[in-house]
Amino acid sequence: MMEEVKETASVLSVHDDSIKVTEVLKEGDTLTFIIVSQKLSGTGEYHVDRTYEDFEWLQQHLFSQGDVPGIQGVIFPPLPAKPQVNASPRSIKQLGFLALGECQPYCKALETFLQQVAAHSILSKNKAVEVFLTSSDPPGRQKVKKNIFNRLSQAVEEMRKEGHKDVDEFFQNERDHNLILTGCTKTAAEKFLDVVATEQKIAVACGHFSTALHLCVEPGEDPDKQAFSRVCVKLSEVFESIKKNMTSVAENNVNTLGLGLDLESRYQEAEREMLFRRTCKLVELENAQRNVEKAKPVKKAAMEEVKKAAETEFEHTSGVAKQEIARFQGARVEMLQQALVGWCEKQLLTAKESADQFNQHLEVFRGMA
Amino acid sequence: MADTARDAPPEQTDFHELEDGEELFPEPATTQESQPASLAAEDISTNSNGPKQDSLFDDDPEDLFAEATEEVSLDSPERDVLLSDGPSPAITPITPPTSVITPRIGHTHDDMFTHSSFDEIEEEEGGDSFDIHISVSDPEKVGDGMNAYMAYKVTTKTSMSLFKRNEFAVKRRFSDFLGLHSKLASKYLHIGYIVPPAPEKSIVGMTKVKVGKEDQSSNEFVEKRRSALERYLMRTVKHPILLKDPDVLQFLESSELPRAVSTQALSSAGLLRMVNKAADAVNKMTIKMNESDAWFEEKQQHFENLDVQLRKLHTSVESLVCHRKELSVNTAQFAKSAAMLGNSEDHTALSRALSQLAEVEEKIDQLHQDQANADFYLFSELLGDYVRLLTAVKGVFDHRMKTWQKWQDSQMLLQKKREAEAKLQFTNKPDKLQQAKDEIKELEGKVQQGERDFEQISKTIRKEVSRFEKERVKDFKTIIIKYLESLVQTQQQLILELVLEKLV
Repeated sequence: MMEEVKETASVLSVHDDSIKVTEVLKEGDTLTFIIVSQKLSGTGEYHVDRTYEDFEWLQQHLFSQGDVPGIQGVIFPPLPAKPQVNASPRSIKQLGFLALGECQPYCKALETFLQQVAAHSILSKNKAVEVFLTSSDPPGRQKVKKNIFNRLSQAVEEMRKEGHKDVDEFFQNERDHNLILTGCTKTAAEKFLDVVATEQKIAVACGHFSTALHLCVEPGEDPDKQAFSRVCVKLSEVFESIKKNMTSVAENNVNTLGLGLDLESRYQEAEREMLFRRTCKLVELENAQRNVEKAKPVKKAAMEEVKKAAETEFEHTSGVAKQEIARFQGARVEMLQQALVGWCEKQLLTAKESADQFNQHLEVFRGMA
Repeated sequence: MADTARDAPPEQTDFHELEDGEELFPEPATTQESQPASLAAEDISTNSNGPKQDSLFDDDPEDLFAEATEEVSLDSPERDVLLSDGPSPAITPITPPTSVITPRIGHTHDDMFTHSSFDEIEEEEGGDSFDIHISVSDPEKVGDGMNAYMAYKVTTKTSMSLFKRNEFAVKRRFSDFLGLHSKLASKYLHIGYIVPPAPEKSIVGMTKVKVGKEDQSSNEFVEKRRSALERYLMRTVKHPILLKDPDVLQFLESSELPRAVSTQALSSAGLLRMVNKAADAVNKMTIKMNESDAWFEEKQQHFENLDVQLRKLHTSVESLVCHRKELSVNTAQFAKSAAMLGNSEDHTALSRALSQLAEVEEKIDQLHQDQANADFYLFSELLGDYVRLLTAVKGVFDHRMKTWQKWQDSQMLLQKKREAEAKLQFTNKPDKLQQAKDEIKELEGKVQQGERDFEQISKTIRKEVSRFEKERVKDFKTIIIKYLESLVQTQQQLILELVLEKLV
């Protein structure tokens, strides 16, 4: 069992883009993820097994880096919601695309999370990351000291702060834009999820129809009976093909655009949280400024100190935020474009394969005496 | 003589022209004189060329009956001759029918000739190859309010000699179709012919249309009905006997048709029909038939099974259609949300890509709709049609049972009368005895007729079932091919859309 991790900076010893979540093991209600990453030294790879709680441990550590200047300006890579073996409808809805399929979408999302953390210039320096990725022992499960910013709570006062007018046009624009995009992306992801769900329903229905057709096959010497039986068998094969096509289409949707929209949606939320934190800092600063002005001479110096501290923090935060935003905007555009291209290519491939298969079936039927 | 007969009616491909029939007939009749006595060469001008059921199934085993047979079977080869332009085939065309009829000479049952005649019709189908296509189109609302109705244009395209012209159209309303079916059913069902059932009535659906609701559901209803009517007519004319029925021909050809009034759902006739149906059901349960023919037992079981399977399939397909429609709706909604996302996006390239995605999704939505329609109109309706057809098939089997029952009843009655007559022998009542003897004579005839009817319907059913089974395979194959073609097309269109998306 590792001791509590000290918050010292470290250098990550693996290639960030080599991190893979290769499989998931199910033991009763527990899911264990196998994570493989390539050593920077080129001398091999690390294999570790982690549970969801371990991921949360990592995230907590990242959040609690209070001493890193401007840490509040970081857009934290979003961790997917907790998976459940026998998922409740609510948790399935919460997971969205990540709940579909066997586990690949979810594993891919975890993988992306880790890669982004490892690639982050500030975050990757946290020792917890190294421990998480390389230590053969599971990282500590003890609760980390309360971090400065837990997930945003929706307290009413917090909500009011969100609308607080900004002093910087750049940030005001970014906040406005983020608000719109968050909504649109969430809607698009939800609608796309509906599409995929229906596609899966169709696949199942085709399977049923295919099975029902087999029941129509009758034994017997009668040539008419045999002819009809043959038709039923062949038609059953056709619907198996249709089922396969639908399944592929749904999978393609999930693995490309689905994951893309899901990630984008969660990332937009992460940006929103960062901007909110900065806005809170702004409110703090403005309060401090007012306090200085209102302060009696006795308190004035102290208030001035507070104000200076707030100012510094705000500047640091804004500085980091600006960088993060620039990086984020670039990354998300590339990610979405790749998702769209990937979607197009995969669906095109599936469509071509299906067209070929259907054509083959057509020839068989045409050739049937 | 034979030659003049040949030359005289050149365009005589029309069975309706009795005059021509008269001309044609005498020649073969004379040559037939050498044939069994039962085939007397009487004037058949009173018979129409089509196998008019009332004359053919006359209880009276007259020569009239036999002649109608002659006429029917001979006409085809006659026409063959005319069309093929062969050298003086004075004897040749006569021989085929003769060779078919000859083996039956030994039988005193004239109904055998009937069967041979229908054999002829079916075998000779090659002569006047089945080439007829009927389309039902242009639904038009006529009138207003609750008295309004939809009129459909029924267009027939054919090269068959049965018809006066090659292409013609008439206007018909739904009750006309029902009237046609009603007439055909009353003529042919009880003797074992599988008469295709007419499309179902729908009070709800029609009311919407009458009231003038111009929405998608009522449009869908009209289209569904139009398609059903078309399939109904095509099935009917595919039946070689029904095709030649004068009611069918009248339905297709004449511009005015007397209104079929007893087809209204809630009319007294409709209620009477329902009552009769119920009575039939009860009767069917009480008839215990000694099935001497394993074929019938096996076939009945087969159709029971088929009914169950088809219904299952039908349900399956309906659920599939439902999901496809849902997919279409969802795709459209996603397209909208993608468009909104594209609009909100600052980055121009990404914005454009998202907008394109929205467009592609819209097109995919359209493809989904088309696919849903294919699923529905091809499979769902096909399966529904066959479930209904099976009802007709079962009905025909039931009629056979009834025919058997009738025969048995006559036999039992005859037995009783014979016993009564035996008793009367010992009494001194010559009048009563004579009356008894007369009654017995009559009953003997009835029993014979009953047996004949039963054998006849059994034979007809065997043939009908065989035809039905073949048609079924053909039907399914045709539909499946159409469906696959639509699948292929959809995929190809999808490929096109995606390729275009990729290029931009």
